Amino acid sequence: MVRFGRVGLAYPTPQGDPGQAALRDVSFALGEGSFTWLLGPSGAGKSSILRLMQAAIRPTSGVVSVLGTDIGQAERAALPALRRKIGVVHQEFRLLPHLSAWDNVALPLRLVGRAEAAVRQDVNEILEWLGLAAKAGRAPAELSGGEQQRITIARAIITRPALLIADEPTSELDVFEARRLIALFVEMNRLGTAIVVATHSEDLPARHPARVITLAEGRIIDAP
Amino acid sequence: MRRDAGGRADPIGLRGALADRLLVALIAAMALFATFALAGHEAAGQLAKRWQQGANAAVTVQIPNPTPARMEAALDALRALPSVREAQPVDTARMAELLRPWLGDVAGLPLPGVIELRLADLAADPVLIGDRVAEAVPGAVTEAHGVFVARLAAVARAVSAASLAVLLLVAVVGASVVVLAVRAGIAARRDSVMVLHMLGAADRDIAGRFAWRTAWLALLGAILGMALAAGLVWALLQLAGPMLPEITPQDLPWPDLAAIPSGAALVAWGAAMASILLWLRRLP
Repeated sequence: MVRFGRVGLAYPTPQGDPGQAALRDVSFALGEGSFTWLLGPSGAGKSSILRLMQAAIRPTSGVVSVLGTDIGQAERAALPALRRKIGVVHQEFRLLPHLSAWDNVALPLRLVGRAEAAVRQDVNEILEWLGLAAKAGRAPAELSGGEQQRITIARAIITRPALLIADEPTSELDVFEARRLIALFVEMNRLGTAIVVATHSEDLPARHPARVITLAEGRIIDAP
Repeated sequence: MRRDAGGRADPIGLRGALADRLLVALIAAMALFATFALAGHEAAGQLAKRWQQGANAAVTVQIPNPTPARMEAALDALRALPSVREAQPVDTARMAELLRPWLGDVAGLPLPGVIELRLADLAADPVLIGDRVAEAVPGAVTEAHGVFVARLAAVARAVSAASLAVLLLVAVVGASVVVLAVRAGIAARRDSVMVLHMLGAADRDIAGRFAWRTAWLALLGAILGMALAAGLVWALLQLAGPMLPEITPQDLPWPDLAAIPSGAALVAWGAAMASILLWLRRLP
């Protein structure tokens, strides 16, 4: 499902020159229905790996294959279809502020042209499941951090993606909301979605044992 | 969810991102100029055509006592001049026909012979032509009113062409205004565009949302500007009617003027699409 082969990544400088390496010789593979923690301190390269997985950037060297698509070699026009198969949960939510919670969740379905009746049914169902049906009409700014995070998750999984990636999803949440979020990920994983969660907290993998890939300074230092 | 001009959802929030009223006002001003330019092009073209018909005989020469020898001498003298492209005598039957509305039957009147000239160069001095023919045929009189009319026709043609150039300029400026407005819109909604991009929206879909919204605003602005300009043009023609009987409101290209709003919308759509697609190309 996801394969990194000797991946190197350097973000270009404003002058266009290759900058300092963010990833060096990173290799691993994730299977269908897997649950993986990406563990490491800030700057270790976790977010870069997630950005490569969602085709937000291309590798400087090596091979990144996601859902059968070679991110480095794929035509630009082929990437939107790939992105629609991947759910993404950002640390800073990235909800559209001028849309209601309901419309934010409906967005991925509308992008693929789903019929409005089907959109209504799916969005209502997922908001009910996440306990947010009563707040569907509210703007993101009117919701708590945990509620916004759940809306972000609803938007990420509404299309039933094969792969869900989350970047520090609990950093803005209190302990109760964080546990609830991880439980939600575990439940989705049980339903067949492959999950990749980046975190700097060793507490989360300890509470929810799964495969852990540990990074430091752009390299994998432990990947059982 | 709010809808855009095409009835589609407005996830980018373009209603707030594009400076709606300013854009409508600017496009209205452009449409006003475009309407004036188009009306000016058509009106000047009509004037040029009608004046040119009147100037076909740019110069006429009258020969008193038009014996065949005197007519021949005048024609020889005129045809020898490089500034004269063509010299043709007007036959007596046509002369009688031209004078009939004023003088009735002129069969008994001693009419001068008349020679019509076409000049090779409108800048040629008709006085010199008159002097040369008077030397060859004493008493010959040269009338050059047609030269003035022909020059007017040339000016009208130039105005007509300049109006088209103004129309083109207005389209370019209008497109530039749209591009600036769209860039400002992208700057205001960059985060939303990035979210849509990462959710898997295709470039054409994102650009289309901007383009349709922009086209809708351009259509509104152009209708306003065109309606205002059309009213002003109509009023001007009513005022100028006695001085310019050649041009009536019916002579204006009303179908072309009515196409200005759709043309403005098309230009705005194209400019917005191109601008946003180019910007989106920077993204992976």
